[in-house]
Amino acid sequence: MNLSLLLQMAAEADADRVGLVCTGRPWSYGTLLQAARGAAACIADSGACHVALLDENSEAAAIGLFGAAIAGVPYVPLNYRLADADLAALLKRIAPAAVIGDVERVRRLDPDGGNRLWTRADFVAASESNAAGAADIQERDDGVAVQIFTSGTTAAPKAAVLRHANLVSYILGTVEFLSADPAEAAVVSVPPYHIAGIAALLSSTYAMRRIVFLPSFDADTWLGLAAAQRATHAFVVPTMLSRIIGRIDAGVRPDLSALRAIAYGGGRMPTELIDRALTLFPNADFTNAYGLTETSSTIALLGPDDHRAAHRSDVAHVRARLGSVGRPLPTVELQIRDEEGRALAPGERGEIYVRGEQVSGEYRERSAIDAEGWFPTRDAGWLDAEGYLFLAGRADDVIVRGGENISPGEIEDVLLSHPAIGDAAAVAVASLEWGEAVGVAVVVRPQHARPGEAELQTLVRNRLRSSRVPERVLFVEALPYNEMGKLLRREVRRLFQPA
Amino acid sequence: MKPGKKLKSAACDTEVMVIRGSSGGVVECAGVPMCEERPAQRQTMNPALAAGTMIGKRYVDATGTIELLCVKAGQGSLSIGGVPLQVKDAKPLPSSD
Repeated sequence: MNLSLLLQMAAEADADRVGLVCTGRPWSYGTLLQAARGAAACIADSGACHVALLDENSEAAAIGLFGAAIAGVPYVPLNYRLADADLAALLKRIAPAAVIGDVERVRRLDPDGGNRLWTRADFVAASESNAAGAADIQERDDGVAVQIFTSGTTAAPKAAVLRHANLVSYILGTVEFLSADPAEAAVVSVPPYHIAGIAALLSSTYAMRRIVFLPSFDADTWLGLAAAQRATHAFVVPTMLSRIIGRIDAGVRPDLSALRAIAYGGGRMPTELIDRALTLFPNADFTNAYGLTETSSTIALLGPDDHRAAHRSDVAHVRARLGSVGRPLPTVELQIRDEEGRALAPGERGEIYVRGEQVSGEYRERSAIDAEGWFPTRDAGWLDAEGYLFLAGRADDVIVRGGENISPGEIEDVLLSHPAIGDAAAVAVASLEWGEAVGVAVVVRPQHARPGEAELQTLVRNRLRSSRVPERVLFVEALPYNEMGKLLRREVRRLFQPA
Repeated sequence: MKPGKKLKSAACDTEVMVIRGSSGGVVECAGVPMCEERPAQRQTMNPALAAGTMIGKRYVDATGTIELLCVKAGQGSLSIGGVPLQVKDAKPLPSSD
């Protein structure tokens, strides 16, 4: 099962339907497939062992992804926001590569890599004019389709590999072919080097839903684009949703009446924010998706009905589901295990393990899959009695106070219920008495008085156990996030270390 | 029949990909065994097995051990040992990407 099958089927079913819009130019599935074939010929001719994209989202991302698949060469989207030294190290690991995008930067950072370089425009033009050249290429099904460097903050980034079979299984298991009607359009604002960006391309292609790229996120541009394109679908990370709602609340009200499905993921969604979104978009279906690079994107989701039921409910455990990532996909097995690898009962917190055809769990250097096919995600979580999954941070983020495991999330949720607290992060701080204790960094909302330390401690004590009470409270201007809205806990921990 | 393997109809345009397979059973389309390469000469369709295949649909046998994805539509119907395969009901998931 080669990834390019998805585009081939779309072109077979309706070659003239527009599949992608970027800076105005519409690309039909037929022209995209022709360009992907041409790209495959260019890639095969280059002799490169990887196809890298160093660029924002554009048609080149789609042509590069499917073209690399046809040519049987791994596609490696690179994070253009990386510092020079970090990017140079990644370029060395994939040389000689065919690189699409910022050719000047690659020339400067890896002058001796033997790379074949194309600007976006050159690549698209070469692909379009070379479609006949792909006739001799024999498609392969067994290789690596996509390689994504995970954002390592302490060690070197890991090269997660996704095989054709992983990605195709994910799409076949989650998307119904041709399920979109011709009017549907999805705004894609996640970057191409993130698994969500890859999944958006593949899912929309197989559903035959028009992709509208927003290459660089900005709330006003997003709102304008969604209205102008009559977008029906969108995927956002929590930070994006927060900014979009901020603009709507500030009076920016374009016509979003076509928008009927909003999916989100990539980081923890504050309950208050999703509640506000559910009120602002009463007719939209909300879906919370949880997944990892190593699992080919989504492995669990909280669907529209669960969102509405929780939004309206006064029953605590139903209401709490707004903070859940829903239930595992039917095609994925999921278990919570303790440190000895034993499966845990509902309500008990441990590490999330998953198994399924879409789960790769494989890195360039090694596989993390155990003998029975399970992948340890390093995410901590627990299941409720009805199988809803709640995340409790990275397994490495757990605060161990005197032998008791404390999840940062439960403390953060309580702090965020304080009217003056706009953002909060709980981390482990060194404690002579307990080994580790709770430290919290909080952001005070504008136009609110800063609450006292004791007031916040009392709030936590009254709602949780005394072991959860923060020993140290830091007031900060803002918390550190990466561009996908993921909180950088290591940097928060650093705030508590003596200078 | 290995997952990922593609089969073509000898009597119409239908093409399928094996999603789930087992060793036994020859898949037919329009009553004629399917093969990896389409024969130069089109075979005659069995009119009793000509309801057509639809692109993107999954076809399963009664035991659920064989599952095929139609990747190209055609006029024939899929069967194994003369027993027609059924379209698998899809439980739609909300779009999450």
